[in-house]
Parts: sequence; C-alpha cells; structure tokens
Amino acid sequence: MPKYQAKELKATRLGFGEALVELGKENPNVVVLGGDVTGSVRTDLFMKAFPDRFFSVGVAEQDMMGTAAGFAVAGKIPFASTYGEFAVGRPFDQIRQSIAYSRLPVKICASHCGITVGPDGATHQSLEDLAIMRVLPHMTVATPCDYLETKKMIHASIKWNHPIYIRFFRDNTPVFTDPAATFEFGKADTLIDGKDVTIISCGLQVWEAILAEEVLAAEGISVRLINMHTIKPLDNEIVIKAAKETGAIVTAEDHQKHAGLAGAVAEVLAWHQPAPLESVAVNDTYGESGRGDELMRKYGIAKDDIVKAVRAVLKRKK
Amino acid sequence: METLNVTELHEMARQIRRDIIKMLMISKSGHSGGPLGLADIFTSLYFNIMNIDSKRPNMPERDYFFLSAGHLCPVWYATLARRGYIPLTELSTLRKINGRLQGHPAPAYTHGVPGVEIASGALGQGLSIAVGCALGLRLDKKPNRVYVLHGDGELNEGQIWEAMMTAGHHHVDNLIAIVDRNHCQIDNRTDKVMELEPLADKWKAFGWHVLECNGNDIEQFFKTMKQAQQLKGKPTVIIAQTYMGKGVSFMEDDYKWHGVPPNDEQGKQALSEILPTKYGDFIEFEWEKSRPVGIEV
Repeated sequence: MPKYQAKELKATRLGFGEALVELGKENPNVVVLGGDVTGSVRTDLFMKAFPDRFFSVGVAEQDMMGTAAGFAVAGKIPFASTYGEFAVGRPFDQIRQSIAYSRLPVKICASHCGITVGPDGATHQSLEDLAIMRVLPHMTVATPCDYLETKKMIHASIKWNHPIYIRFFRDNTPVFTDPAATFEFGKADTLIDGKDVTIISCGLQVWEAILAEEVLAAEGISVRLINMHTIKPLDNEIVIKAAKETGAIVTAEDHQKHAGLAGAVAEVLAWHQPAPLESVAVNDTYGESGRGDELMRKYGIAKDDIVKAVRAVLKRKK
Repeated sequence: METLNVTELHEMARQIRRDIIKMLMISKSGHSGGPLGLADIFTSLYFNIMNIDSKRPNMPERDYFFLSAGHLCPVWYATLARRGYIPLTELSTLRKINGRLQGHPAPAYTHGVPGVEIASGALGQGLSIAVGCALGLRLDKKPNRVYVLHGDGELNEGQIWEAMMTAGHHHVDNLIAIVDRNHCQIDNRTDKVMELEPLADKWKAFGWHVLECNGNDIEQFFKTMKQAQQLKGKPTVIIAQTYMGKGVSFMEDDYKWHGVPPNDEQGKQALSEILPTKYGDFIEFEWEKSRPVGIEV
C-alpha cells in the first residue's frame, strides 16, 4: 500500500476556482480577470458568483497582466488566470516590468500546465514556465500537488504581499494531502521520512513519487519524500538537510529538466551541500498529443522513471 | 494644492524646458525631443488639472497619472521637482548610479520617486495599467480620475490596441488618455516607420471619445481637458498635436532629437533660446561626491 491514499480524483484547477469563490465572499477587494478560457481555468465559478468583480479582457494576455497590475495599483487583489503557456510565454515583458519589477502583488494563476495537458499537443504544454518565472526578482513561484493543496495555496496567496505565479493542472488527479496540514509558502512538506535517499517533487509528480516510494520501500530502500510546493523562494534548508542526512537526491516534475525544480535544487546542492542528483523531467524537448498518462510514460516522468532514477542515484552515492 | 494661472503656466513650462536641457547636459544621456514637446502638457496637468498633493503623493483621493512612454521621463522628473515631489537639486542626478531618477521610471517603492506609481520603459504597457486602475476605482465608486500619456510611436505596440478594446468594452469613463502626436519616433517620422492615420477614427472605432488639440497651446489643451472631463459613457483620448523639441529652434520637429542629449555647445544654445524665468534654474551639485538623497546600496 502507498503511504498516502487517493481519497478521490479532483482537478487542481477546480480547487483554484472554488477557492476564488470562497475568497470573494471573504474579501471585497478580490477581483478576477478572464481571458476567454474561464470555463477551462474555472474562473467561471467566480464570474457567476461575483459578476461585478469579474473583468473580461478577451484573449489578450499582455493586456490581462497590465490590467491586473493596474488593479493592484488601485488597491485591489487581482487574480489573472489562463493556460500556463499563455500566462507566461506571451506576456513575459508585461509580467517583468509591470508586475515583478514594479513589485505588485498580482496573482498569476496558470492552469493546464505541463505535458499532462495531453491531447492539445506541444503548443499548449507549458514546460518552461517554472524556469521563466523563477528567474524574475521579486517573483514567488509555487505549484500545488492536489486539489486540497491548491485551495490552501490560493487562500494563502492573498496574504502573500508579493507578485506570485501559481502553476496547476487540467486533469482530475488523486486528492491525497492531509486536510489538516498547514500550508506556508517557502516551507516544503516532508510527506514521508527516510534515510537512504530523498525524492524532491512538485505538482502532479508528488503522487507519482508516492507510488514510486511504495515500490522502493518493498526493495528495502528508505525514501524521504518532500513536496516542494514553492519553487521560489526555495526551502534551501530542507534540501541541505536532505543532502546531509540521506546523501542522494532525486527531483521529479512535469517541466523541462533545465532551470525548473531540478535546476533550483541543483543550485542549492552545488552551492551549499554537494550530493549526487538525478532528475526526472522532460529532457529538453517539446511534447506531442496523447493522454496525460501516456505522455508521462513516453517522456519519462512517471512512477517507473522515478524508481529508476532512485536506483541510479543510489549507485552514485558514496 | 494651489494652482497656477495661465501666465504662470506659460512661465513654468518654459522653466521646465530649461530644466530638461540642464538635466540632459549634466547626465549626457537621455531623451531631448519628446520631453521638450510635452512641457506644456505636463505643466497643465500638474499645476492645474490633476487633483494631487505633492506632500501626500499617495493620498487616496489623488488622481492617478501613468507615463506609458517611460523614455519621456525627463519632463516628468522636472515637473515633479517643480511641483515639490522631489528636491530641485535632485534633477542633477538623472541616470546616475545610486540615484532615484532612473533612465526610465522605476516604481516608487524600489527607487522611491514619489508620484511614480509603476515602472515604465518597455513601451505599450501603460494603457492596460490605467484601465485596470480606473476599473478598480470605479468598483469602489471613487471619483478619482486616471490619466495616461502615450507617445505616438508607442502606438505601434499591440498591447495598446488590446487595452483600447478593453477600455471601450468596459466603458471606462474615468480614464483620459493623451497621445503625444509629434509625428516622430526614433528611426524616422511616424508615417515612415508605421502609418498611424486615420488615428482618430481608429480610437473612435474602438469605442472611445476622441478630442484633438494643439498640445503646445496651454489654453487650448486646458479647454480640451475640461471638455474631456465632462464626457461620459466611454473612455476619452486627447490626441495632442505637439512638436518634438519645442522651444529649441534646431531641435523642433526633427526626429533625430528623439533619443539624444544636447552636447555642451548645443545645450548653451538651447538655454539662450529658452529665456530664464522668475522660478530660477535648479542648482547643480556633484552627485558622485555628495549623495543626500537616493537609495542605499
């Protein structure tokens, strides 16, 4: 049995949409911007509940980011949401100048991220967004691993007075986190303790890592599993501690291998506490159409790939 | 705040032109033409039109001003200094290290120029910001107005047209955009780089009230602005015809003065053409040796 159970299947994007409605009730300053994909990113829920505080900007992501910045100048709490590729790739300059450099607490909420968005193909599979957002000074970058954590993260975001990028996903995925667990940006969660190796994972790969741990535990390998929900500011301490105590690290993410979670962890290891590192991620390529689960296997980011990476890193461990 | 009468506005605009020349002579870097052309508009906005208080730059009831074309900031800094937002002597620090007066405007809370709400420099972003701000104010049923200033070359940027659609769609009538129509951009005349005409018709087609005026005529600009403030139901744009380099004979209407400062000789010539005023020139000081203002590194 895996150490965590999937209580049900629910989409992270639904957690986002529901949390927005809850926040809308609590705080009259919350406003939501729509870029014509509201049904997909689930801002339709807020739009129906609070039509006066929902603003359509059309399919115009550059304008959406600028408009959100303007709302923040006026003291509002703006959420700008669309698909990951269009939330980051299209309006990078707007995010850099009008949000990050201007240090405005805009919430950029990106759904449909990663290769698991599936059938839409490579143009819609955002695999570079963590890297692009992570490099911006002032920007917080976070990605929840299930529906429940998404809700907690969105609730926490309105008290987080920084520009923030939150990355979530389309598919219905296992809900497994503890409803009672507290959430804090920049403080990673140790889901399973262990001493031989540490898997640092984020987003949907946290569940894959839970499944992988079951296989490895049966082989007698003691795995520590960390949910690194905040990519920036990264929880350096937990990485350094893991490197010291377990001596080998594996990262797992639905993102390019370069400059995302793997890159962030590699930096900490190289600068503070060298340890062998293997990374499960999309390896410098674009995706294609297919089902999410098929693509995870084909592009090497599924449970079995994590198991292999752990075996590989253990061979390198001194 | 106390406002200036028409005679005083003329004199202040002239002083701001002198300030711009002097700032650029000191910095040896920066944009001459556009800022000189905008001295009349900035003087009118800051000394008569907008509801602002330099002692309380963040007062909740303030009108918001966004400079979308950030490179025009020398005229903004000079105006802010003349209005009391920053010390006059600080105009010596344009584009200098550890200074607040960045080459393109930095946000108030990273570099601390009061009155600057947000960064600008990469073109085409200010209209979206102004629309968002205006919608936020409207949501709170606040009477504040939002002003945003664009260069005409800047209208080449696609985001401007996205924001024009958004403003029209949402009938954002607490917003007044000003286009500095000087027909010049860095490479050439605007019609050589990218044809903008029929410009007024384009704004109208996007759901805007459109007013046109001579942006170098303070009284005409003032009247046009009063008219703009009465218009309801749609956002309003004022297409203000100006001359790049206005006030300096050898710069006027010449796109080559878009992005360069005058050298010493040209600067002296310019100052001889823009007559001194009762307000007096700012006192230059050597920033590198004495840093009374600005952020700590």
